[in-house]
Amino acid sequence: MNGPTTRLDARGLLCPLPVIRTQDKIRKLKIGDVLEVVATDPGVLHDIPAWCRVHGHRLLVSEQRADDFRFHIEVS
Amino acid sequence: MRNESANVPKRAAALISGGLDSMLAAKVVLDQGVDVEGVNFFTGFCVEGHTHAIRKKDRSRQKRNNALWVAEQLGIKLHIVDVIDEYKDIVLNPKHGYGANLNPCLDCKIFMVNKALTEDVLDRGFDFVITGEVIGQRPKSQRADTMPVIARESGADDRLLRPLCALNLPPTLPERKGWVDRDKLFGFHGRDRKPQMALAESFGFSDYAQPAGGCCFLTDERYAGKLADLWEARGERDYDFDDIMLLKVGRHIRPAPHYKLIVGREEGENNFLSGYRRRFVHLDTVSHAGPLTLIDGEPTDADLVLAARIAARYSQGRTAAAVSVNVHHPSGDSTELQVEPMLPTDLEPAWHIGG
Repeated sequence: MNGPTTRLDARGLLCPLPVIRTQDKIRKLKIGDVLEVVATDPGVLHDIPAWCRVHGHRLLVSEQRADDFRFHIEVS
Repeated sequence: MRNESANVPKRAAALISGGLDSMLAAKVVLDQGVDVEGVNFFTGFCVEGHTHAIRKKDRSRQKRNNALWVAEQLGIKLHIVDVIDEYKDIVLNPKHGYGANLNPCLDCKIFMVNKALTEDVLDRGFDFVITGEVIGQRPKSQRADTMPVIARESGADDRLLRPLCALNLPPTLPERKGWVDRDKLFGFHGRDRKPQMALAESFGFSDYAQPAGGCCFLTDERYAGKLADLWEARGERDYDFDDIMLLKVGRHIRPAPHYKLIVGREEGENNFLSGYRRRFVHLDTVSHAGPLTLIDGEPTDADLVLAARIAARYSQGRTAAAVSVNVHHPSGDSTELQVEPMLPTDLEPAWHIGG
C-alpha cells in the first residue's frame, strides 16, 4: 500500500467543509498520489467515502480513532 | 462555455441541492444521454450537516450529505463549492430583496446559476445548466415572471434548462438544438408535489430528502431574527462565518443592547461552543452541572452577574438558593460568582432573540 504523499488537517471543520477541502486538495494532486485526511466531524465517515465513490478515487484507509477520523485517498 | 460542435457529446452542469426536484431534473436529462455533472454550493446557511453534527440529540440521525447521496444514486460527479465569502454580498445586498424572512431566494438562484456557468470546477466546460425549478413552487424565486429574470441576469439566457417545467416555458437552446428531446421534458407547476413523487416512483427513487423547512437557514424565521438582531446590535450589516455558525447553536438571550448570551442547550452544543472559549467571555457553572455560556459584546461587571444568574437558571441548580458560576475572560483571568438563579418569570420574553 502506498503511503500518503500529502496531508490535510480538517480537524474542527464541520461537514461539508472537510469534503470541500479534500476535493480542493485532490484537484492539485496527480493520479497515484495519496492524500491523508484527518477530521473530527462524524459526518466525514459517510461523506468522504461517498465523495470518493462518485469521483472514482480509491479509499485506502478509513479509520475511526479515539479523537478523530483518518482517511487515505489514492487519486484515480 | 463550450462551442456548439454537433459531434461533441453534450455536457450539462446540474445544480444539486440534495432535494428531490434537482435530483429529478438531473435524471431526466441524464437519461437523454447528456453528460451531467452536479454542482452544490455551500453558503454557510445550509441546514444540512452542521447542526446534525453539533447537537447530540441529532447524532443518531443519518449523517449523509444529501447532495452527495443524490450524485451517487444518479452516478454523476458532484462538485461541492465553498461560496461562503462571495455569498455575503447576496445576503447583505439582494438586488431583488428578501422573501418572508432574510432569504434572498431570487438573487441566490441568479448567483448559483451564474456560478455554475463560470466556476472552474468543471474542467472540460459545459453546454448548458440544469435546475430543478418548478413554476409556482416557491413564492419568491420560482414564479413565471422570475424564471426569465434568473436566465437573463445569471448570463445563462437560453442555456438554462428547467426539465421539470420546461413545457411551460419557451424552448431553450438545448431543446432547439436537439441536445435534449422537449417531448421528454415536463410541464409541472404549482406547489403540488404529487407529479414529482410520481416521477420519482417511475425512476425507482423511494428514499429522497424532503426537508420540511427547506435547506437554507435564511428561510427560518427564528434564525433570521437572530441575524437581524446581530446586525442591529453591531450597528452594521455584516457577518463572518463564525457569526452565522453561532446563530445555529444555543439559546440567544439579549438582556441589553450591548451584550447577549449564547447558552448551550445540551452536551453537543456545549462542546461546540467550547471551541470559542478563547474569543469570548464565557461562563460555566461550578457547583452544579450546567451549560457553557458565551457572552458576545461588552458586558459590565453588573451585566456579568445577571448573565451568571441566567446561566444558573439553565443549570441543574436552577431551584437551589445559590449557584457558583465561573466567569472566564479571554485574557485567562477568571472569577467565581455566587448567584441566585434567575426565576423563569424574571427572564423577559423579549430577551429571547428570534422568539
